[in-house]
Amino acid sequence: MTHTAVSLRGVSKQFDDLSVLSDISLEVPEGEFLSVIGVSGCGKSTLLRIIGGLEQQTAGEVLVDGVAVKKPTRNTGFVFQDHRLLPWLTVEANIKLGLDKKTPNQDEIVQQNLELVGLQEFLGSYPRQLSGGMAQRVAIARALANRPKILLLDEPFGALDAMTRIHMQQALREIWEKEKITMILITHDIEEAVYLGERVVVLSSRPGHIKKIVDIPHVCHVIRTGTEFSETRDKIYREFFRDENVALDYNI
Amino acid sequence: MNDTVANKEAKTPAKRVGAAVWYLLLPLLILAVWEFVCHTGIFQSYTMPAPEAVIRAAVDGIRDGSLAKHIGASFLRVLEGFLIAAVCALALGVVTGLSKKAECFFELVIQILKPIPPIAWIPLAILWFGIGEPSKLFIIYLGAFFPILLNTVSGIHNLDGKYLELARVYEVDKLRLVTKIILPGALPEILTGIRVGLGNAWVCVVAAEMIAATRGIGYMLSNGRSLSRPDQVILGMLLIGIVGKIMDDILKFISKKIVKWA
Ligand SMILES: Nc1ncnc2c1ncn2[C@@H]1O[C@H](COP(=O)(O)OP(=O)(O)OP(=O)(O)O)[C@@H](O)[C@H]1O
Ligand SMILES: [Mg+2]
Repeated sequence: MTHTAVSLRGVSKQFDDLSVLSDISLEVPEGEFLSVIGVSGCGKSTLLRIIGGLEQQTAGEVLVDGVAVKKPTRNTGFVFQDHRLLPWLTVEANIKLGLDKKTPNQDEIVQQNLELVGLQEFLGSYPRQLSGGMAQRVAIARALANRPKILLLDEPFGALDAMTRIHMQQALREIWEKEKITMILITHDIEEAVYLGERVVVLSSRPGHIKKIVDIPHVCHVIRTGTEFSETRDKIYREFFRDENVALDYNI
Repeated sequence: MNDTVANKEAKTPAKRVGAAVWYLLLPLLILAVWEFVCHTGIFQSYTMPAPEAVIRAAVDGIRDGSLAKHIGASFLRVLEGFLIAAVCALALGVVTGLSKKAECFFELVIQILKPIPPIAWIPLAILWFGIGEPSKLFIIYLGAFFPILLNTVSGIHNLDGKYLELARVYEVDKLRLVTKIILPGALPEILTGIRVGLGNAWVCVVAAEMIAATRGIGYMLSNGRSLSRPDQVILGMLLIGIVGKIMDDILKFISKKIVKWA
């Protein structure tokens, strides 16, 4: 018997006369890792921002933990595409800024979460002293430090090089397995969606609505090179492109 | 980025000397032309003295201590007026930058007072405060006040909206929003305002001292004119420029130390 972490019921979003999302209904059980994929401009970020309370839907209902979302809260972590660390604060101060002032044992929390992303030695560093991947890991640590029930990630690795991205995906997967936080990941990288998501939501564009939800076999989360992985990947690929010869580059 | 590249290039001694020569070339050329023109006899020495006359005036001034006295007097006036202005402008700037209501309340008055040059206040300042110290401080205050105020407000307004979004996501409380996000974000612009403000204050002190004073660089200028000592006038002007540049350099250096992240 699993609890529902996020539930969307007939959610639509309109910017003036531009319809961005139309009639999105989706249930995300507690502890699930859900990937959302779609072409650029199809409304992925908007969908995530609505779940995070940064944007209001024009129609429908958004429930997080059974409660309608009205504004952002610390219980829902949000990782932006850019790391969004404050350049004038150290890693430690950046993470503490995200905590409730009344939280006890802040030093310990900072330490634990930096360990989780493997950056415990960088407590006193400034963001400019970190690489892009490290900064993004600090941003993830900052989001995790609040022990959010749900973590929303908007193309968090989009700006990273391919190698770093794969490392970050593994790190995120480990964190998810350890912490059992519900995660919703927006991406335009099919491999990333398949490797990380237990389910992949494929969004169509203009207006964005759910075209398909693909269940990902567990083996895809373990081996990224097997036939099972490529078959699943190809299946999603064909949602976007009709040709039979699967292209080499899976970014859409 | 370019800065560090330039610094690295300048590391070799030959290039360093080359850069120094290039840096000093124009002033040396001007000096040479000045010297040359004075020796052709186009100007009379009582309208345009040769460089050596100005140097002599400087040496005399250093010997009898009058130079130090004048520079010190002007500098202290600037410091006093500037510090008072900085405190007031920062306080008002932070309030108007943060609160729409406060901004609306002050905006019209600020915008009307802003274009009035501090020098245009001199007649009124003399009527109100007489010709003593307070009227000079008032003029200096006005010179420094507006640049600091306007830069503080715009620094706060120009803060990247993504940081405000971050604050929403993490429910950052008002106090920390102001002290950890908004003010540090506005700091580079505030420091620019402080630099411009100090520069303005320095301009204003000279103007104020030319009206009525018994010491200060402005007094040196007006006194030099009435004594028909163009060497003293030119020396005074050069001092204004040199001291102004040094003050700006010092502030620039301090700004760089404070805003390490930019
Ligand atoms: N605040 C806004 N006002 C008006 N239109 C907006 C606003 N935010 C987004 N849009 C529009 O909504 C559409 C979807 O934007 P969104 O950022 O959600 O796309 P996306 O799927 O995240 O794209 P990408 O993959 O490029 O990040 C775009 O056409 C965009 O122009
Ligand atoms: Mg987006």
